[in-house]
Amino acid sequence: MPTQTKSKPILEVEELSISFAQYTSGLRQSSLKVIADLSVSVCPGEIVAVVGSSGSGKSLLAHAILGILPGNAAISGSIRFAGQKLTAEYQEAIRGREIALIPQSVNYLDPLMQVGKQVRNAAKIARGSSPDRAAARKIQREAFARYNLAPEVERLLPFQLSGGMARRVLVATALVSSARLVIADEPTPGLDDAAVRETLGCFRELADQGRGVLLITHDIETALEIADRIAVFYAGTTVEVAPVQDFSGGGEALRHPYTKALWRSLPKNDFAPIPGFQPHPNALPEGCLFQPRCPMATPECTAGRPEMRAVREGMVRCIHAS
Amino acid sequence: MGLVPFILKKLLRMAALLIALCILSFWLVSYSPLDPVQAYVGADMTRVSSEQSEMIAEYWGLNKPPLERFLHWGSAVLHGDLGTSMIFRRPVAEVIGERFMASLALMSTAWLLSGVLGFALGAVAGMKQGTWADRLIKWYCFTLASTPAFWLGLLLVMVFAVWLGWFPVGLGVPAGKLADDVTLANRIYHLILPALTLSILGVANVALHTRQKLVDVLASDYILFARARGEKGLQLFWRHGLRNVALPAVTIQFASISELIGGTVLAEQVFSYPGLGQATVQAGLRSDVPLLLGIVIFSALLVFVGNLAADIIYRVVDPRIRKGESA
Repeated sequence: MPTQTKSKPILEVEELSISFAQYTSGLRQSSLKVIADLSVSVCPGEIVAVVGSSGSGKSLLAHAILGILPGNAAISGSIRFAGQKLTAEYQEAIRGREIALIPQSVNYLDPLMQVGKQVRNAAKIARGSSPDRAAARKIQREAFARYNLAPEVERLLPFQLSGGMARRVLVATALVSSARLVIADEPTPGLDDAAVRETLGCFRELADQGRGVLLITHDIETALEIADRIAVFYAGTTVEVAPVQDFSGGGEALRHPYTKALWRSLPKNDFAPIPGFQPHPNALPEGCLFQPRCPMATPECTAGRPEMRAVREGMVRCIHAS
Repeated sequence: MGLVPFILKKLLRMAALLIALCILSFWLVSYSPLDPVQAYVGADMTRVSSEQSEMIAEYWGLNKPPLERFLHWGSAVLHGDLGTSMIFRRPVAEVIGERFMASLALMSTAWLLSGVLGFALGAVAGMKQGTWADRLIKWYCFTLASTPAFWLGLLLVMVFAVWLGWFPVGLGVPAGKLADDVTLANRIYHLILPALTLSILGVANVALHTRQKLVDVLASDYILFARARGEKGLQLFWRHGLRNVALPAVTIQFASISELIGGTVLAEQVFSYPGLGQATVQAGLRSDVPLLLGIVIFSALLVFVGNLAADIIYRVVDPRIRKGESA
């Protein structure tokens, strides 16, 4: 949707780096950079998927945007929400109101609280300091009805929900918040096909209401099905941001060699694996992060980290891309 | 499993426990060097000839085999007859009942105080993890956890009774006052120091457990999500912390009744408080076998009821167990 991508972004993440202070041996401290120079943006009404392998620190992006990183994390770079820089105070003020998180699993619900109450609490917070019980209940019931959750579900505890129900309850917390930006962190693993389709439908609906949706996932096929743009995450950074239409045919429209290789590795394409492994954050290669595994690598690739640059309708971090 | 079958099963288990306990303690006592005749006669033993003492032994059935003696005693216990205390020359059940009422005031005060105070301290330490408040509370708890009850009791007596003179040195009522003249205020006044000793010690356990549980809860995914939804500070604690932490705290507090009984024995001894604990020590030192066995059975019952109460409360309060069964 080119018209939407040209509207003013609701979220702009630029050159974001997240590092953790660690005690290595004794009192010696070292810092481990998990995310480096990550850039991504989301416009209203758009779904942007950040796709990367499991355990590569993608969730930290969500936590950084919400300002709920653990205390030993340090961040640099800039995050802007609706054009305004996200400081700790601003994050605290708009958390749950302007930005909502849809977490990974039912473990993110309080095990001892009825799920309806948890959704009502989200609705109350989103509507400022005057909690109106009746209004919150009405909003929660509407959200439940919308997602085909039976009225009696509101009195259930998280452990009594099925996987699909739990997912819909989690999405409902975002719906009732009326947030302008929804961040969904790995929302589909462990669900059957029907439940995945249903969840993705919920996201499309949220986006069609004019919200921006940032979908963080390891599942590229899910991402391709629903997203408008795909940001490819590799070794702690984004190597390419491409419109979803570019993922077609033999991947000729794609810009970065890693994205092309990822596309070709899918079962429906060549099913050809990429040799080698992603580097660990404390053993990153010289120059371009993908260069040791890249079929197109030249001596210039080791000279320095390539900058993110615009190529056609997308962004890429490769000196050879055109 | 519903609540009624659950309780029935627990009662069955209690019966088994009591039977095993009776057999074991009777067996231990029968092998101890205690001579019941000597314990009964006391200082007049030198004036009792060996024929006379043999006659007493025969009258009591002491020359019969242990199994027969046990069955004799056991059937009496089943009929509610715990025998006669040799020190007090009164039925054991009566002595235990009277002593227990005195101890009950002491134990329940200490139990409630330590539970409430310990939970509050643990909650503060957990919420303020890593700050000076947390460190202070932890230091206090570790110090107390390694403090023997009798030593703390002696310390309190020294400071508040001897040096400052604020509280009486010991006993449950003022010395030399007629039983009819003793007021409730008198009793409470004498209760304060021993109750304080016991509750100060009881705090450490529940506080440290509550703190650790709260730290775990605060690091959980659901707290992270609650923060992502904009909840923070006290609101976060009330909504998600309190309930998740209160359940283990209640269990611990009920399960700690056994430790409380142990502490009471020492504290009552230090303060000469006429409770069950003091009676235990006397019964042990002066070879009052019937009283000792009676107290053993009674304390086991008390501990069992405490644990049972914890189990039942857990089932009533924890909606996961309650709903999981009805579903």
